[in-house]
Amino acid sequence: MTAEFWITQTFNGLSYGALLFLLASGLSLIFGVMRIVNLAHGSYFLLGGYVGLSVIWRTQSFALALLAGALAVALVGAGMERLFLRRLSGQTLGQVLMTIGFALIFQDLALLLWGGDPYSLPVPAALQGVVIVGALRFPRYRLFIMAVAVVIGAALWLALDRTRAGAMIRAAVDDAEMAQGVGIRVPTISLGVFALGAALAALGGVIGSGFLGVYPGLDFEILPYAFVVVIVGGLGSLPGAMVGSLLVGLLDNFGKALFPELAYFTLFAPMALILALRPTGLFGRT
Amino acid sequence: MTNGATPSSDRPPTARAGLAAPATTIIPGIITAAGVALVAPLLSAYPLTLLTQAAIVAILAMSLDVLLGYTGLPSLGHAAYFGVAAYAVGILSTDYQRGFLTCLLAGVLLAALTAAVFGLLAIRASGTYFLMITLALGMVVWGLAFRWVSMTKGDNGIAGVPRPELPLPWSLGAPLPFFYFTLAATLLAWALLGLLVRSPFGLTLMGIRESETRMRALGYHVWLHKYLAFVLSGTFAGFAGVFWAYYNGFVSPVDVQLVTSVETLLMVALGGPGTLAGPALGAAAIVFLKNFVSVYTKRWLLILGAVYIGVILFAPRGVLGAFRREPRR
Amino acid sequence: MTEPFALRLQAVSKSFGGLRAVDGVELAVRPGERRALIGPNGAGKTTLFNLIAGALPVSAGRITLFGDDVTGMAQHRRAARGLARTFQITNLFPTLTVLDNARLAALARTPARFAMLRPVRHFADLEARAREALAAVGLADRADTRVRHLSHGEQRQIEIALALAGRPRLLLLDEPAAGLSQAEAQLMTALLHRLDPAITLLIIEHDMDIALQVADHVTVLHYGRVIADGTREAVKADPTVREIYLGA
Repeated sequence: MTAEFWITQTFNGLSYGALLFLLASGLSLIFGVMRIVNLAHGSYFLLGGYVGLSVIWRTQSFALALLAGALAVALVGAGMERLFLRRLSGQTLGQVLMTIGFALIFQDLALLLWGGDPYSLPVPAALQGVVIVGALRFPRYRLFIMAVAVVIGAALWLALDRTRAGAMIRAAVDDAEMAQGVGIRVPTISLGVFALGAALAALGGVIGSGFLGVYPGLDFEILPYAFVVVIVGGLGSLPGAMVGSLLVGLLDNFGKALFPELAYFTLFAPMALILALRPTGLFGRT
Repeated sequence: MTNGATPSSDRPPTARAGLAAPATTIIPGIITAAGVALVAPLLSAYPLTLLTQAAIVAILAMSLDVLLGYTGLPSLGHAAYFGVAAYAVGILSTDYQRGFLTCLLAGVLLAALTAAVFGLLAIRASGTYFLMITLALGMVVWGLAFRWVSMTKGDNGIAGVPRPELPLPWSLGAPLPFFYFTLAATLLAWALLGLLVRSPFGLTLMGIRESETRMRALGYHVWLHKYLAFVLSGTFAGFAGVFWAYYNGFVSPVDVQLVTSVETLLMVALGGPGTLAGPALGAAAIVFLKNFVSVYTKRWLLILGAVYIGVILFAPRGVLGAFRREPRR
Repeated sequence: MTEPFALRLQAVSKSFGGLRAVDGVELAVRPGERRALIGPNGAGKTTLFNLIAGALPVSAGRITLFGDDVTGMAQHRRAARGLARTFQITNLFPTLTVLDNARLAALARTPARFAMLRPVRHFADLEARAREALAAVGLADRADTRVRHLSHGEQRQIEIALALAGRPRLLLLDEPAAGLSQAEAQLMTALLHRLDPAITLLIIEHDMDIALQVADHVTVLHYGRVIADGTREAVKADPTVREIYLGA
């Protein structure tokens, strides 16, 4: 194991963590406001990837693909929340079954529309290739992902911390009933947060398709990662999602590199341990 | 105020849904089982296969209901115990050529052990956190099944699990004797679980479902009762997993994946939590639906997804709380 | 009995964040005593009950039950020492029958609670104890009704029945007459009078009339502190108490 190995793997882990942050921050916010365990969140990632792919085929524009993927899936998420999930408020089991139902439907629709072949999203030339630092080679695309995650993370943090809407979201996360009581329109907040969470996941999906590819089954493959991030970080906590994403990205990468046979075990077992010590996650309120 | 469980208060949905098992399900249950057993010889191989599958999955659904319907704990990782036992059978019967009894014991014990370890982590949490933790623990098992290739053969799965050879006049390789064999196992599980939920211990589980704070005030060590329920439930899921491995002849990560756990939840929700016959029927309904629909259309995932949503939307009372509207006495 | 106190609290305090809900409470209840705990809303009465029962941990102080230190002891182990309680907000098993509610109360702390392979209805002694507790509160004929179908008054009586079924030595009653009509409250008072005199009673009651009818001794709690303690006559005459209650 050379220093090169450690640096490269750390880089890969952090960039994967950055991608996970896009996926998991939305899941965490959605849970924070609505206490919904959304099993369709991986589907947003998948759908985002496919929509982005179709757009890029027609327009050759990566930027348009990002925008269209995020917007389309935001609409899907908003529709799910407004028409279906809202009426199940407080019914944990009903929500779980409902969201898994949607996940199955999305999976099948994606198969119907885009077929079963795996695709890779064409990446703009500017993001291809590697940056060479001494003996080390860093793929530009992974650097791009990290940059996007930093920008999105900072924007989310600023929005939550500094804006009126952010203050209302935080109030709803703290205590939805209380927030409703002081005149915050929690249903509107819920709708917005759900759409935002779906959009972030879809953004992750478009970007992720550039190096993971997009294929049937990606939704249920990526979903557990989002859950582990949120569980480790603490439900409803943005800093938790950040730290959780990086931790999970690193654990996953080093797990796969060092103990390939136990890769998922090295991911999930530390999570179980954290839960045993802190049942509400690292940043969750007790 | 730490307590607030008035009869009309907003209790968790799992708790609201279930009720004490009406004893009346025993007779219809026996009649159904006897009817199916009588009809079975007239059936061709395919429906017989489905019946066998339904019988095994019914055990899994009933085992989950001990947690969900009776204790009020929504486990989202129940496939783990089912799958651990199936893998034990798969590995022991192929790589080590062990017989039925060894495999049965090993499978059930391993499932119980897994539940005993996972329970230590999960039982501390409640509500949504319990759901998330059981989901994550289930993923641990899935991860091992998927990646621990030297043991589990990874994504390829373990093929060629032979049917059990027992000193019986009929070979269990044939569909009909194997169906009777699994039906006997289902009836045994039903009887044992039926006794369990009607026993004093079963009553304490329903008490926990209704009000943990009251149970504590009465002097119960609530954690211990939940933990025992968790382990017992996992043990019976393992019992189902043993038969599943023999039935399929094949064990793969699919058996321990999240979707399998959620499907089991759907079966319980569909049949009515808090009864045993309900989830068993729910299991049969889903097995038949999945198989029949997939014969006629490739779009069966779409339809299954719609079933999930339809059950929740259109029958939340009738299905999630099938026995809620009992007449006022 | 050599132990002079059924229940003894020494400098018991409980803080929630910065708020001291219970502040250095001293309390000594003799066996067989009927003690009322009164005080205005927010005085810390229910919190004090939760501390005694073990539903909440104390922040400081010492709790002794029949001579044994139970300060750090889990709730179910305190119950095993003969402590039972009722809840201010009715806390029963709503979808179970009245008889099953009473059965659960009688079953607690018996080895049969772990019996798994015999139907509960085959446990005759259990049923007898359950029915006895129901008879004690006059609800024997409602045994097969589901608890949520009972009237509020009946549910309050079941609260008492569940506490009695465990055959407690010390019974904590949290506003047993909460939400009852005048007639129902009288029934409740009569029921409390009928209780086995060997049972030590600690009763929170908002209604001074009921409190003073049932109790021989009274402790007054105000902002988490004991401000008066004594026979009911002495407490009634206490000027501070009169100030708080009569709004002088």
